[in-house]
Amino acid sequence: MKLHEYQAKQIFARYGVAVPKGKLVLDAQDIESTAKALIAETGNEVVVVKAQIHAGGRGKGGGVKVAKGLVAAVEQANKILGMQLVTKQTGAEGQKVRRLYLEQGLDIARELYLALLVDREKRQVAVIASTEGGMDIEEVAEQHPEKILTTHVDPLIGLAPFQIRQIAFKLGIREKASLASFSKLLTGLYNAFVGEDASLVEVNPLIVTKGGDVVALDGKMTTDDNADFRHKNWADLRDKDEEDPVELEAKEAGLSYVSLEGNIGCLVNGAGLAMATMDIIKSFGGQPANFLDVGGSANKDQVKKAFEMILSSPHVKGIFINIFGGIMQCDIIAEGVVAATKELGLKVPLVVRLEGNNVDKGKKILAESGLAIQPADNMADGAQKIVAAVGR
Amino acid sequence: MSILVNKHSKVIFQGITGSFGSKHAKGCIAYGTQVVGGIVPGRAGETFDPELPGKTPVPMFDTVADAVAATGANVTCIFVPPPFAADAICEAVDAGIELCICITEGIPVLDMVKARAYLEGKKTRLVGPNCPGVITPGETKIGIMPGAIHKPGRVGVVSRSGTLTYEAVGQLTALGIGQSTCVGIGGDPVKGLDFIDVLSLFNEDPDTEAVIMIGEIGGTAEEDAAAWIQANMKKPVAGFIAGTTAPPGKRMGHAGAIIAGGKGTAAAKQAAMREAGIALAPTPSDMGKTLASLLK
Repeated sequence: MKLHEYQAKQIFARYGVAVPKGKLVLDAQDIESTAKALIAETGNEVVVVKAQIHAGGRGKGGGVKVAKGLVAAVEQANKILGMQLVTKQTGAEGQKVRRLYLEQGLDIARELYLALLVDREKRQVAVIASTEGGMDIEEVAEQHPEKILTTHVDPLIGLAPFQIRQIAFKLGIREKASLASFSKLLTGLYNAFVGEDASLVEVNPLIVTKGGDVVALDGKMTTDDNADFRHKNWADLRDKDEEDPVELEAKEAGLSYVSLEGNIGCLVNGAGLAMATMDIIKSFGGQPANFLDVGGSANKDQVKKAFEMILSSPHVKGIFINIFGGIMQCDIIAEGVVAATKELGLKVPLVVRLEGNNVDKGKKILAESGLAIQPADNMADGAQKIVAAVGR
Repeated sequence: MSILVNKHSKVIFQGITGSFGSKHAKGCIAYGTQVVGGIVPGRAGETFDPELPGKTPVPMFDTVADAVAATGANVTCIFVPPPFAADAICEAVDAGIELCICITEGIPVLDMVKARAYLEGKKTRLVGPNCPGVITPGETKIGIMPGAIHKPGRVGVVSRSGTLTYEAVGQLTALGIGQSTCVGIGGDPVKGLDFIDVLSLFNEDPDTEAVIMIGEIGGTAEEDAAAWIQANMKKPVAGFIAGTTAPPGKRMGHAGAIIAGGKGTAAAKQAAMREAGIALAPTPSDMGKTLASLLK
């Protein structure tokens, strides 16, 4: 789950990471009073107005503005709250700004980069640090790999003080007070990463202020969905407005679904087979409308729900069901499909390939349903049939 | 011969009484796997009845160590729920089990980071988690794969996926090509054996004559394996990568199947594999055919 910047910073602060003072605004009516309170509290006239959306590239898209004085801050805030913010990550339609973060401006001496993630090849948490703060880190990694420092953390020891010093010196943080400030910040970030079961924490930029303090000026955090059983508070952090409503609906039904651009709906068991099904549709000239893995142990209701989601998508012009039953029973798939079509009807071509457990029972249920189904002998046959039926 | 498991493997199931675990323990016993014990803390002395003609009940134990001492078990198959699964892996490692196969899906990645660190320097090999298991057709099946689609033979199968592996195996068997051992290494980002570990076992196995490796988007394990194959592999390798059409930044079902930061694309993996001389199946329907073309 992705968190908003202000949520990440609230978590950082709980772990002793220095962040600028800031206040959240959800309603345009509260902009002026909130800005006033922030200026009074910090004694600082400079207010940074930051759109809170999950997509990156907010600054370049016009979602982050620095304002001096109350009047300017209110003006900028009113412009940003409610705007349709387009960034390189949102797509052309953009994302509506529903939450706004007002933050104290700081005097920046240096901008650095810091991130923590799970390095799957090394099977350890890695700290990524760079002197190139505020830049697109993927570009830096490509053009100046020597400017990226990667430090792996032994999970049984944790992030050691000597490693923190190594990173600090590489970043050019030598002054005693700054070193202590950086050490506290990075220790806090690592503890937050582990304590909150993060899969990514990114601070870009991390700044050194003119006064020598090291502060997380930005904050990004993604949590590991697998760990939600031990984080009861995560439900409150989820912002459903930022998620694809269909994907959210699927998640709530225990299904794995990703919306795509095409027009051929797919219902498959197993993630690898589901991806391969999308690929084979494409290789025969079709375009998949979705990734959908009903999993290995879906029940009839989940299959019904899954099929309903495909049927109710306006983009879907044909459906391919591809099941290789290992754990999955083919008859349960068939029952779910038939149940879904009873309520919603079937107005598009449907190609079904069933193999595995209870395959004969499954085929019989489909045959007796009276639905116009084209059976397929194998994956390629099925993909060709649905592509032909939908037209390229 | 085969790799990792054979008819002599003595298997215990951790989590044998759960609905998923019991169902698949029965499936394995029905296949002919020597299941010698089940672990359910607090239920030592009870038995697990597979309810199969000619099969006797399996004794249950409180701990893996007790089961190993009493039965000489050398393989464990884990069906413990995600919050407790990494601990179950560590328990098996501590008991000196040779091979730990973890089926559980949904283990927090930081739990696996710790379990991997605990595994370091120990003799236990870990397969999974989030995997279908390991089968040596005709000898033993340890996991959730459908046994009937397999056929004893000389092709090694290694894959990050479950059902896509069944698809490949089904195609091979339909062509009359049997398998030496099929290993599902699992779809999680942090796991036990990776492609290279399994490939090197197949490389040394006299009864494996060719290998098919099935990868997917996410990470760089396929690229690493391709380089290893080019340098070390003595046997022909066919391959397939799932996820050519997957959009970046989206988790495609498996926790590990995500293109992040421009890394882990199908195109990069396919290029590396082609470069290494691996015969790539053009579509997932051609996996069996592609492997067949490599056999003499």
